[in-house]
Amino acid sequence: MTGLLDDFFTRALIGGVGVAIAAGPVSCFVVWRQMSYFGTTLAHSVLLGIALGFFLDIEHLLAVLGVCFLMSVSLLLLERQRYLAADALLGVLAHAAFAAGIVAVSYLETLRVDLIGYLFGDILAVGRADIAWIFLMATISLVLTTWHWRGLLSVTVDQDLAAVEGISVHHMRLLTVLLISGVVAVGMKIVGILLVVSLIIIPAAAARRISVTPEQMALMATIVGVVSVFLGLFGSLEFNVPAGASIVLVASAIFAVSFVIPARWLPNQ
Amino acid sequence: MTQIDYNHSASKTTLVSAHDISIKLGRRKILDRVSIGIHAGEIMTLVGLNGAGKSTLVRAFLGISPLNSGKIVRAEGIRIGYAPQHIHRNAILPMTVKRFLRLGGPATRESLESIMGEVGAGAILDTAVSDISGGELNRVLLARALLRNPHLLVLDEPFANVDANGQVELYGLVKLIRDRHGCGVLIVTHDLHFVVSGTDKLICLGEGDYCVGAPKDIFGHPLFINVFGSGLCEQCLPMGTKKNTISPRPSETPANMGA
Repeated sequence: MTGLLDDFFTRALIGGVGVAIAAGPVSCFVVWRQMSYFGTTLAHSVLLGIALGFFLDIEHLLAVLGVCFLMSVSLLLLERQRYLAADALLGVLAHAAFAAGIVAVSYLETLRVDLIGYLFGDILAVGRADIAWIFLMATISLVLTTWHWRGLLSVTVDQDLAAVEGISVHHMRLLTVLLISGVVAVGMKIVGILLVVSLIIIPAAAARRISVTPEQMALMATIVGVVSVFLGLFGSLEFNVPAGASIVLVASAIFAVSFVIPARWLPNQ
Repeated sequence: MTQIDYNHSASKTTLVSAHDISIKLGRRKILDRVSIGIHAGEIMTLVGLNGAGKSTLVRAFLGISPLNSGKIVRAEGIRIGYAPQHIHRNAILPMTVKRFLRLGGPATRESLESIMGEVGAGAILDTAVSDISGGELNRVLLARALLRNPHLLVLDEPFANVDANGQVELYGLVKLIRDRHGCGVLIVTHDLHFVVSGTDKLICLGEGDYCVGAPKDIFGHPLFINVFGSGLCEQCLPMGTKKNTISPRPSETPANMGA
């Protein structure tokens, strides 16, 4: 394994697959619950997390994770008021966090050099520590999603019905936003701040037409993610184009193909 | 806490009771010191105009609406089956009726077919929830509530989206379910015909007040007449029924709800 990880391309491949596995099931909840803008808001807060990582001299991924968790909890608390809808709240949080990130970054002379890498991702610079974090997150994500699958799904279908049937709606909502935060934090390393939301939307969107059960859709979304990482990385090597963007383009192409497959070839919906 | 009579005998065991509960939405008082008990084997119907607080009271009974004062007491170990008025049918989520029913708890194909037959939902187990009609959805929601083998069945507007024939069928079905399962039933409805034909006890909410009692008594209550009009009361009263006058506040108090 040590020898295998010496190669930067292999590390990129393993890291990308780890993120795809973490993102697959989570991306389905983003699509089912129409939380794409929530993902965008988290992506906007990543820059602030990176700056905090430099200021506090801690692992950047941990700092990003902390900021994303904070944003998620803030949103859940703010949603209790009745004066503004969730999209307006997300708009406020997203742009406040992004502005704070820009101001914080302006104090960091060293980061300016790497800013492009953070914005567009630098999968080819994925290190051993990154891979460890990615697979830790993927494991946590899979274990929690599997363990609470019925609860997460019930709350997605109808919150009142779920509550009457003994499911803690509050805990399931918190778990959902924390899982999305985790995927955004590790996905940022692979495709960058600007494209990270694509990882939690496109695989699930591509899986929808070819799935007849929620479980199938979660599995198909994971497969779409993994295939996109493989084809995207080899494509980027072949055509000498940015790796993160290539992965997203392949996922988008799979999505497009899934929408032109004739209905008679698809399983009964 | 009251222990439920698990033999499902039509006793007067109190399943859920509200004790002096008040609920505000912002500064607006929705419910003011309401005390009502729901008993095993009893069909209780909640009526009132829009905004009277019907849904709020039901949500309070279900334990999903916070109270400003008072308390809700549930019998120990009570299972509640809830059929909401509607759910958002999310076509993005691929889900068959069978999978939707199993979200409420594990069930064999045979038991699902049996319960769907009981509610008259037909062979739609393998159909997507997003593809069934509004009336079929009502029956599927009822089936999911029954799968829990509930002590208390809460039905929110079960007759909405159902055609006239289906409504008559559902009237009978609710009674049949009560008789077969021995559960208490709380129904929210605008349909006063059901109130006449199938209710043991009626709660009327309106004008910030409420009254509760047997339908024939409530039809003569000033609050009910103010809310629904006297003409409607005359139509609803079965032939030969004499209107009674009852006290303006509820006929039952927290002291006798557990009787």
